[in-house]
Amino acid sequence: MASSASLAVPADPLSGRGLSMVRRVLLGALVLFAIVFPFVFTNPATTSIAMFTLLYVGASSAWNTFSGFTGYMALGNAVFYGSGAYAFANLASHLHLNGGMGIFALVPVAGLIAGLVALPVGWLALRTRRHTFVVITIAIFFIFQLLAYNLHALTNGSSGMSLPIPPWDAQTYNTYFYLAALVVAVVAVAVAWVVRRSSFGLELLAIRDDEDRALGLGVRTTKVKLATFVLTGFLTGMCGAIYAYYLGSIYPPFAFEAIFDVTIALMAFFGGLGTISGPVIGALILEPVQQYITLRFTAGGFSLIAFGVLFLIVIRFMPEGIVPSLAGVLRRRLRARAEGGASPQSSDSPPPGTTVSAAGVAGGVRS
Amino acid sequence: MSALLELQGVWAGYGGSDVLRDLTFSVPAGSVTCVVGPNGAGKSTILRVVSGQVTPRKGTVTFEGKRISGLNPRQILGLGIVQVAQSHSLFPDMTVRENVEMGGFLLRDRAEVARRLRQIEDLFPIVVDRAEDKAGALSGGQQRLVEFARCLMLDPKLVVLDEPSMGLDPKTLKNVLQQVRTMWEDGRTILLVEQNVRAGLSLATRAVVVESGQVRLEGTGSEVNSNPEIAHLYLGGGTASAAVPASD
Repeated sequence: MASSASLAVPADPLSGRGLSMVRRVLLGALVLFAIVFPFVFTNPATTSIAMFTLLYVGASSAWNTFSGFTGYMALGNAVFYGSGAYAFANLASHLHLNGGMGIFALVPVAGLIAGLVALPVGWLALRTRRHTFVVITIAIFFIFQLLAYNLHALTNGSSGMSLPIPPWDAQTYNTYFYLAALVVAVVAVAVAWVVRRSSFGLELLAIRDDEDRALGLGVRTTKVKLATFVLTGFLTGMCGAIYAYYLGSIYPPFAFEAIFDVTIALMAFFGGLGTISGPVIGALILEPVQQYITLRFTAGGFSLIAFGVLFLIVIRFMPEGIVPSLAGVLRRRLRARAEGGASPQSSDSPPPGTTVSAAGVAGGVRS
Repeated sequence: MSALLELQGVWAGYGGSDVLRDLTFSVPAGSVTCVVGPNGAGKSTILRVVSGQVTPRKGTVTFEGKRISGLNPRQILGLGIVQVAQSHSLFPDMTVRENVEMGGFLLRDRAEVARRLRQIEDLFPIVVDRAEDKAGALSGGQQRLVEFARCLMLDPKLVVLDEPSMGLDPKTLKNVLQQVRTMWEDGRTILLVEQNVRAGLSLATRAVVVESGQVRLEGTGSEVNSNPEIAHLYLGGGTASAAVPASD
């Protein structure tokens, strides 16, 4: 019998139990390429698009670490993005810091503040499940957006807040932000990878599959979900902080933007929900496209229409997203090739829920 | 043989009504104790009490001499009591390997998890052969084996099985029962609830007959098996001479 283990193609090339040498080399080459990218492609428009792409890699990976792994579809992560942005602006303002490289040290601090914001939000929202959870996260987002307009002491309302201006020239201006965004993106993906490989990650997947069953098995579902939610808040907050510093000023509709929530979710869906590489691939494809369309066609909202059409195409033809769909195609081909010369008994097992004869099970017993 | 698990005067149930009424019995260490009884007798409730999913209203449950009634399922799991539920309890969208690893999620030492996984892979080849397949794609019998494999990840002292024969055809059942016997021979104490009396008593070193939430009869597997009343009520009038389906 052709062992299916030998045909194993992981649904996600990055979620394997360990990275093979080939994958390590490819991953190393990818990171190296990402590091040298702004020094090779120096056009500010290009580096600007690349910087935003990396921010979305980080934000989408963070979203996926919670929503993709637990199945809880959060549509309010802009709360953490905005909180990180305003935390960064407030810290820079109160500490009277000048623009420059040193101020990037505040990015993780802003992330921590966003993580703290995520604690009560998660505590409240995670008392619900499924559709109710989605609605609660959207409602909390709008509450925060309103607060941003009205908490003048923290946000300066609709007048917005200014941030320190970096002393860099126009040609290299984006490069610093690009590298900072790259660090955050790598951290977000690394966190997702570590979580996915850990027993903690298994608990998240168990919650996604059947929360009550996981509870019965002894998984502390509430604590596990809340911890991941806070982790997501921290990572998203760091992205927001870089975004605010890059813009040089921050206003409520930019910090707390509803389209941000849809975009990071769409990227994860597009690439492959619940996979490590899915949100990365989704962001690498969608964000440059969106930015290009915005630059090329100034008509407002055209990129959103294009996004919507693309989303429908993906849902129709690749509902699992790019990564799992391609892995599935590869797995089926390998299996078909391996079974080409095998006996009919080596075919797949019967569908779930049916019983099989001893012949089907005997292979599973070794006394 | 000393008692590993003891239920003393347990009253327990759901929503204010008692299913178990002053239930008392013990599970000797190293035994296969089989609880049999008709539908509604309280068999599954016994297991829920033992695993901490139902807290007794009165009475005590002790494990290795320590009181465990009132502990939550996670604490009880940590003591070495692992339950395999009646219905399919695997996570269908997780792979076979992930499901087995879930059995050891309480272990923080990844090296220990890997070591136990290797041991279990030796015992259950299906864990290797179907490692990357979704558990939901397995047949009922195969899922049972993966459930057994998962429950061994914590190296339990007491394995609690809720109707392992349910939904299996006779030939598959024989293999599953063989695996239960292997776990017992490996030194584990088994508490088994079975509605298939023949299958259950064929394995049991000790049997407990429960009716209406109380123990009606207790004894060795063969004593209960040969009891004419039990034979009349549960075995269609004959003794369980052919308790397990004959092998091919």
